[in-house]
Amino acid sequence: MSTFWFRRLWQAVLTLFTMLTLMFFLFRMLPGDPTATVISPALYPKAQEILRMQFGLDKPLWEQYFVYVKNLSVLDFGLSFHTGRPVADEIGSRLLNTVLLVFPSLITAYALGSIVGAIVGWSRGSKTETILVFLSTALQSAPVFWLSMLSILYFSIQLDLFPIGHIVSPGKFPDENWRMYFSADFLHHLALPFLVNTLYQFCFPFLLMRSSILATIGEDYVELARMKGLSERAILYRHAMRNSLLPLATTLPMTLGWAVAGSVVIETVFSWPGLGLLMVEAVGRSDYPVVQAAFLLIAVLTVAGTLIADLLYTLLDPRIVNE
Amino acid sequence: MNVLKSFLQITWKSTSGRISLIIFGLCFVLAIVGPHIAPYGPNERCYDVNEKLLRLASPSWDHWLGTTVLGRDILSQMLWGARTAMLVGLLTALGTVVIGLNFGLIAGYFGGRIDAILMRITDILLGLPFLPFIIVLLSLTDRNIWTIILAMMFVMWRSTARIVRAEVMSLRQRQFIAAARTTGASDSDILYREIAPNIMPLAVTSITFALAWAIITEASIGFLGFGDPDVVSWGSILYDAYASQMMYRAPWWVFPPGIAIMILVTSVYFIGRAYEEVINPRLQERM
Repeated sequence: MSTFWFRRLWQAVLTLFTMLTLMFFLFRMLPGDPTATVISPALYPKAQEILRMQFGLDKPLWEQYFVYVKNLSVLDFGLSFHTGRPVADEIGSRLLNTVLLVFPSLITAYALGSIVGAIVGWSRGSKTETILVFLSTALQSAPVFWLSMLSILYFSIQLDLFPIGHIVSPGKFPDENWRMYFSADFLHHLALPFLVNTLYQFCFPFLLMRSSILATIGEDYVELARMKGLSERAILYRHAMRNSLLPLATTLPMTLGWAVAGSVVIETVFSWPGLGLLMVEAVGRSDYPVVQAAFLLIAVLTVAGTLIADLLYTLLDPRIVNE
Repeated sequence: MNVLKSFLQITWKSTSGRISLIIFGLCFVLAIVGPHIAPYGPNERCYDVNEKLLRLASPSWDHWLGTTVLGRDILSQMLWGARTAMLVGLLTALGTVVIGLNFGLIAGYFGGRIDAILMRITDILLGLPFLPFIIVLLSLTDRNIWTIILAMMFVMWRSTARIVRAEVMSLRQRQFIAAARTTGASDSDILYREIAPNIMPLAVTSITFALAWAIITEASIGFLGFGDPDVVSWGSILYDAYASQMMYRAPWWVFPPGIAIMILVTSVYFIGRAYEEVINPRLQERM
């Protein structure tokens, strides 16, 4: 058992390391001079050279790579080529913004999806079931950025209920400190992207839970519970639903990492200063240090998510034995 | 061809499958003839009788879906965009499944070191942020629909490979494989003559998922402004609408592309589901 987990952990580390190596060299193939914004061509050549040395760009590529790995081992991600600030500072606040947008809505969506999915699956063949399955499939088929645009058109412009974007009203929190996150203004800005994202993310757990519940309907333990004279409600909540939660519980941790990466389109529409938006901007500017750190962060999230999913699986279903 | 025929026969059996196939078929036909029946070019500027540019004209008899801020006919753009969505979607889905199927077959059948290496590659691809990575790949090359297709294939095959691998690993233990081996069949015979046909249902469902996903991803790439600058796609129409900041004055500009994507992708999802229900008796029993 413990050797299995040790091997899984070792594989995860190996995967991450291979990935960051590949990314390091891949990003250096991006076109354009990434340092153009920091090292202005208008500077004296001598000054340009000194700046280049500060970024370590005068050394051969393989040496840059070793420096990169060495710095990474003490969690130093380097300086952004675009702003010249430490990457950790640049990314930290952006990640927080994305997490605040994505995680609450994902968890709400999973909670709602599993409950509605269970109830709907239990009353199979009903009209509500057919309609809800069709609606959620159609919703899942719509691009989320389009749903966001529609919601802005209707709720922000037509009804004037919510702001059309950004994380707080411009100028309200000039220094963007922690106070911002505890303001009503922030919640007001969060509401619409949160609603759209929750609605969109709802479809997958809903459909999964429904089919998972359908699979339990004929099971022996459900029949037994019925023979014991339990109410349909008790059978659903105490027996069928608990067993059907397994596939959902194990997809959630993996989904968290992907959701951070997938937030890019919703962040674009709502001008939400999150990690997804930062990544796309940084790719456009060939700001390798930022892109590398962001990719690595998401990879760590996904790999950790997969490990947690496996761990949950063995905890929740002791029948599963890992060889 | 045989696979396609049996796929159509199977899907046709259920009502939702039939309706979805008809809708998808209509979209397919539109993708082929669309540019020929489009009243205007995708980037043609339209003028009114006084030779004035038709900016943000609301839907009318001459312009069924209205015009954009640059005076382009939205219906024509939609028809050209249908071709892009269908072409990119189908080629990406097909390529994704062909690559994923082969890697999955090889990894699952041979196991050992080959399997370990291939699975680590899929691990890496699964750990990468999907859309941002495709944008990185597109930044490395020219941006045109062919590189978009290649970039999407490069990332998307991982899921198919994993599903196929798991199935192959269980098939490998079956009697008929051992029987084939005793008759002296080579590895490639066993892989492609014995195992692959049993994987086909799985491959077909994977294609439908890949197709749905590819159409949405292509639209997202277009929306983020990383699409082929010379080709109109439903995503790029939405990008123009968003970037112009005029969408609040022209809702007719925003609705058509999203509705088209929704109809097309929903039909794909329902085709996949209808096929799965017929092919998988366990699912059918539950329905």
